[in-house]
Amino acid sequence: MAINKKIKAAKHDKLTLRHKRAIVGLLFISPWFLGFLIYYVRSLFITISFSLSKINIAESGGYTSQFIGLNNFKYALFQDANFNQLFVNSIIDILIDVPFIIFFSLFIALLLNSKFRGRGLVRAIFFLPILLGSGAVANTLLLATQNIQGGAGAVASEMSGISGVNIDYFLSIFTDLGLPDKLLDYIVDLIGRIFDIVRASSVQIIIFIAALQSVPHSLYEVSNIEGATTYETFWKVTFPMVSPLILTNVVYTIVDSFVGSLVVDTAYEAAFVNYNYGLSSAMSILSTAVVCVILVTVGTILTRKTFYYN
Amino acid sequence: MKTGQLKLQWKKIRQDTVLQNKRSKILTKYKKRLFSLFKFLILLGISYIILGPIISIVSNSFFSPTDVYNPSVFLFPLKPTFDNFRLAMLRLNYVKTLSFTVVYISLITLIQIFITSMAGYGFARFEFPFKNILFGCVIITIVLPTHTIMLPLYQHFRSFDFLGIFESARGSKLNLLSSETPMFLMTILGSGLRSGLYIYIFNQFFRGLPKEIEEAAFIDGAGMWYTYLRIMLVNAIPSVLTVTVFSLVWQYNDMFYARLFSMASDHIITFRLSTIQATIEFVDKVKDPLISQLYVYAGVILVLLPILVIYLILQKYFMEGVERSGIVG
Repeated sequence: MAINKKIKAAKHDKLTLRHKRAIVGLLFISPWFLGFLIYYVRSLFITISFSLSKINIAESGGYTSQFIGLNNFKYALFQDANFNQLFVNSIIDILIDVPFIIFFSLFIALLLNSKFRGRGLVRAIFFLPILLGSGAVANTLLLATQNIQGGAGAVASEMSGISGVNIDYFLSIFTDLGLPDKLLDYIVDLIGRIFDIVRASSVQIIIFIAALQSVPHSLYEVSNIEGATTYETFWKVTFPMVSPLILTNVVYTIVDSFVGSLVVDTAYEAAFVNYNYGLSSAMSILSTAVVCVILVTVGTILTRKTFYYN
Repeated sequence: MKTGQLKLQWKKIRQDTVLQNKRSKILTKYKKRLFSLFKFLILLGISYIILGPIISIVSNSFFSPTDVYNPSVFLFPLKPTFDNFRLAMLRLNYVKTLSFTVVYISLITLIQIFITSMAGYGFARFEFPFKNILFGCVIITIVLPTHTIMLPLYQHFRSFDFLGIFESARGSKLNLLSSETPMFLMTILGSGLRSGLYIYIFNQFFRGLPKEIEEAAFIDGAGMWYTYLRIMLVNAIPSVLTVTVFSLVWQYNDMFYARLFSMASDHIITFRLSTIQATIEFVDKVKDPLISQLYVYAGVILVLLPILVIYLILQKYFMEGVERSGIVG
């Protein structure tokens, strides 16, 4: 009966199943789509118009705007005391951190993917930083970790004084060996930031573990039978199979590290401490544009190198 | 003579190979041991980096003021007290604030799961015009830094209106700030905290489910909504769990929106935590930052405890969920 009614109804509506399914599909995504239009599209346009004008905020909470062209951008880039320095620094930070975070999380994912005793515990520990990742807890934690970080960072100077071991001495050995200064600086810099890097890579580790789990087991069996070493198996099987997720992780890392950077704080301060909405919007747009440029460049480079199984 | 020589040679070769086999066996054994030792050391070191601050916070939270200035005290306080916890609990208004926060984040998470799984299902199973472009928009919402849209959002909720209804009824627009309504509205419309990511996760998962389940349900006379609610969502439990954990944890830790919409600090416990040091210094006249820090540590533990418990309970399922659900394409 019910089916008969349905068929009748369908005939009555003169809609094919395809159309009907399309409508239902649109219904399913409609809440999201509405939100996208109201909160994203509209807001983006308003942000752009803010950045091009001088905003006077009225007492009642309303505002009047006056078009001033690109002056806000000029101010942010050339006149503001801090912004351009912070901006450049955070971009450099991201470029330094991203490759290391990716390699580190892939490495840890490989370790955590193999079976060993106490794996559950270690995994639980490694994903703890998600809990401590952002917000008030992280800020308060920062205070606490300053002791530890100060300890690790201060080791170099302390050791040279007490035990006669000089870190700089080892560094000079490496420079004598012909390693470029830039590379050494990079390594020393990374060691100083090891805590931040470990903390920033927990989601990436999860994504990589999920990727490793999805590699068909038969591929490993084949390479084992053919007599490939573990090293070869990694580069010929694991790495290509995981490579699509490297792009995902790079994108996630870049966006995530930019959201937490000082540039955002500066933009926030410009808006809610100094009430300069135009300048704040200009800063936001500048940083977003740079992130997009970085994402597009990295994305195009990586997609060329990526191997897709299907 | 010749056969004897051959036999001798044969014996020698056999001995050699036996020796070689033994040697390589021992070598691989040591290699394996060395490797697992290496692995153990690395994991231990990194675990220490993660746990170190937590350990020091836990031990510090039991310090009494005299322990702070005692140079011989390391990690284990001489006079452990619960005073820090007592005062931190009082100043956080712990039970009340926490219960409000828990209700709030649970509601948000429920809405988040419902709305994003709906969108994910829509994208995964139905064909409609501009589908790929719309899904591209989902990706944009993931990638776009939220601070780009913060000012318009602030203005939008500061003078909120829907088709001019409120202005004509009340004579003025609504100010939704300093309440949780903006967050609820945004979450219901699928633009909450990292909703794009959840839509992506659900989409990938639903795409991986066999079509036959749905077809069977459909042939048996189930409508599209019924199929989605009673069949697809039940099958998607792994990714539902993944999203639950992510959403609970991130919403609990979120400061950006709480600050932007200036939510009341006696509703959001993490928000309240950020001012606890100032409160204690001002109200309780603890002027020494080294001592007022002890209360902050106790507060951090109190705030972390509930989410830690949830995390440890869900952790196992969460990992399985991540492995089975489609974070991977």
